[in-house]
Amino acid sequence: MNFLKLAKLFSVALIMATAANAENVLRWTSQGDALTMDPHSQNESPTIAFNGQIYEALVARDIEMNLVPELAESWTASPDGWTFKLRQGVTFHDGADFTAEDVVFSFNRALEESSDYKEQVKTVAKVEVIDDFTIKLVTDGANPILPNTLTNVYIMDSGWAKANGVERPQDFAAEEETFSVRNSNGTGPFMLTSRAPEELSVLTRNPNWWGNSMFPGNVDRIEYRPIKNAATRVAALLSGEVDFVLDAPLQDLKRIEATDGLTTKTVAQVRSIFFGMDQGVDELRSSNIKGKNPFRDIRVREAFNLAIDKDAIQRVVMDGLSFPTGIITPPGVLGNTPELDKQYGFDLGKAKNLMEQAGYADGFEIQLDCPNNRYNNDEKICQAAVAMLAKIGVKVNLDAIPKAQHFPKIQKRISDFYMLGWGVSTLDSHYVFSYLFDGEGSWNGIGYNNARVNEITKLIETETDIPKRTALIDEAWQIIKKEMPYLPIHHQVLGWSMKDNVDVPIAADDHLRPRYVVFK
Amino acid sequence: MMAPLLLEGSMFYFILNRLAQALLVMAVVSAISFSLFNFVGDPVNNMVGQDATREQRIEIRQQLGLDDPILVQYQRFMLNVAQGDFGLSYRIKQPVSQLILERLPATLELVFASAVIAVLIGIVLGVYTGIRRYSWVSKIIMSVSLIGVSLPTFIIGIGLIYLFAVHLRWLPSSGRAGVIELGGWKTSLLTIDGWRSIILPAVTLSLFQLTMILRLVRAEMLEVMRSDYIKFARARGLANRAIHFGHALRNTLVPVITIIGLNIGGLIAYSVITETVFQWPGTGLMFIQAVDFVDVPIMAAYLIFVALLFVVINLIVDILYFVVDPRIRRGGS
Repeated sequence: MNFLKLAKLFSVALIMATAANAENVLRWTSQGDALTMDPHSQNESPTIAFNGQIYEALVARDIEMNLVPELAESWTASPDGWTFKLRQGVTFHDGADFTAEDVVFSFNRALEESSDYKEQVKTVAKVEVIDDFTIKLVTDGANPILPNTLTNVYIMDSGWAKANGVERPQDFAAEEETFSVRNSNGTGPFMLTSRAPEELSVLTRNPNWWGNSMFPGNVDRIEYRPIKNAATRVAALLSGEVDFVLDAPLQDLKRIEATDGLTTKTVAQVRSIFFGMDQGVDELRSSNIKGKNPFRDIRVREAFNLAIDKDAIQRVVMDGLSFPTGIITPPGVLGNTPELDKQYGFDLGKAKNLMEQAGYADGFEIQLDCPNNRYNNDEKICQAAVAMLAKIGVKVNLDAIPKAQHFPKIQKRISDFYMLGWGVSTLDSHYVFSYLFDGEGSWNGIGYNNARVNEITKLIETETDIPKRTALIDEAWQIIKKEMPYLPIHHQVLGWSMKDNVDVPIAADDHLRPRYVVFK
Repeated sequence: MMAPLLLEGSMFYFILNRLAQALLVMAVVSAISFSLFNFVGDPVNNMVGQDATREQRIEIRQQLGLDDPILVQYQRFMLNVAQGDFGLSYRIKQPVSQLILERLPATLELVFASAVIAVLIGIVLGVYTGIRRYSWVSKIIMSVSLIGVSLPTFIIGIGLIYLFAVHLRWLPSSGRAGVIELGGWKTSLLTIDGWRSIILPAVTLSLFQLTMILRLVRAEMLEVMRSDYIKFARARGLANRAIHFGHALRNTLVPVITIIGLNIGGLIAYSVITETVFQWPGTGLMFIQAVDFVDVPIMAAYLIFVALLFVVINLIVDILYFVVDPRIRRGGS
């Protein structure tokens, strides 16, 4: 009894302590902490999102993924690059002024050998300072989508970096961690107050932030606590210890929604899940068909597409939380149209016919490589596909393994049939073509090589006439839709959970943007 | 003066002998664990963004020497380790030795708290069930204690979280709160918040050990209570209390202490699951994250650390035996 009383006293004291604090504190959790505070060291989504509260880029994306001004107020294209007008009167957290020199420094830092952002800025040949608040990114030829690729290239203070010996991002040859791993100095809406990696990071509102009167957010302090275990993460929300969970398991969303005082939001994520079918080799490694590659026959690829019931996967495996599709790029990305987004449909009879016409009436045997810790229900989707393909006589041997072993198979092009998901950070189809479809693409594990698609991939890199460029993109997608080199399944869905006294607008890139978070 | 110390059968020779064996064990453990890392997967894909080019990936592989034969990699690793350099974590690019030292206090405090819980409750319940073996309370304790050995740790942990954090809201569900820095050692044992947050993980981690100690003490008590000197003590008319605690318990403790000593190493090594469930920022949680990422430097250092721990504990136990039991000394020659 005494213990009970004591415990109650404790909780009352705790509630009073919180109530006395009038400021709006957003306490939240997700699976993985940021890996580093260095803005150019790790190109990893949670790290980018975390550092995006502290650092800013020239341009940013709002909740709807529109390109909006951040440290640049406006930008214009010219045949040899892009000119950015910089925001004036901006200061870094330590008080230093933000000027063109910092932009030059940051781009050069992002181009360093040890930077993980080289790909984003590789077309930038040189940063020209026009005046203190105007810079020009000179590119090799025109680059119509350069601003799209700059949203994660954060700007550092050159003076701070030099004073602390962090002019270059840390590389693996280093003996010790550098200053920028745990310390930060950005221009963003929040300042890092304390950081214990994997334990607790505290950020406080930057009173001098340029956007304080322009954004609705009223969060004064952010307390971020990563929780690796999914059940524990949900428990922290149910017990009221956190206000917001970024990545509750999809199967728990209904339960959270049903709990008093809690609510969930879902949105289509910018990531599509699909199967790759290797057409590049003369003979599949895991198949009993020797001397030829069944996937080279478009009828086999179409039969596979028709045999997999994407609606059933959505209903049974995903609990309704997915958008079945016929294109490996989600709505919101330039190139996706409702017509292309339509799935191939499910037609077992036609699929069987096609297999017969192709000479595989009895089917064949093949191995499906699948990750088991990367995408929503990845292994279960593959299991469903195994059962569905069995109906057209294809005996699929499933190899579901951790992502660290799965992805190298695709990279080394040694998988016949595999699952992959693709997110599109630039929201432009070029990012999909150049990695997944271009004959030289580093994630093109299927050996797809279509001369026209390769040509279009090149053309849209420099085509600045937007309607013409969009038409080219559509042309490439039409070819792909017809040739079916991949087997699209669905776009993933994101689910965020929160207390209902706080409005955390959900964003398709899974990044928390506290400048839009409103305590009611 | 040195000569007699080196004689076979001397304490010094014995320790030297054991140290040589310990080094051999360490070398074998590190070699086996290192060869296993080949099967965990490829770290490079986790280390660069999805948009990294093939050339960039190859470059990182070369920088890290991942394409070298496993023996060459092992040799390079051991040479560095011999110089006290465990390398940088692939995941967070921080020195591994520093990471382990930073997280060790959390693990050690958790292990300490759960060892205390296991020993105190285990002995008390063990004595009780040993003395009153037919009472219904004893029967309940014995049945419930089966849960401790049979349920997996993560289920117990999640169960406790839902009961005490979500339902009753008495304790925090996870994390390590109320941390104070005390001369380089970050402790959470000096604040109320810290104690509140350590209770659930410590209980979870202790359950298995508690059950084992309980059953061991009970069995020993049952045996001792039948012995002649207890009967004699009763005949002398001593109070029950004096017999139970002064005579019986004291004689049961020798094997119990041995088991506890050996199991502390196990507590540290097996705190991995408890730390993951409760987001306890210790070495176990770090190890799990390293496995997910294929962070070879951390995995290697952690396994070597755990091996070292067991070797040291065994060495201490051996030395204690040497001191206690003269038969070992004679057996050596």
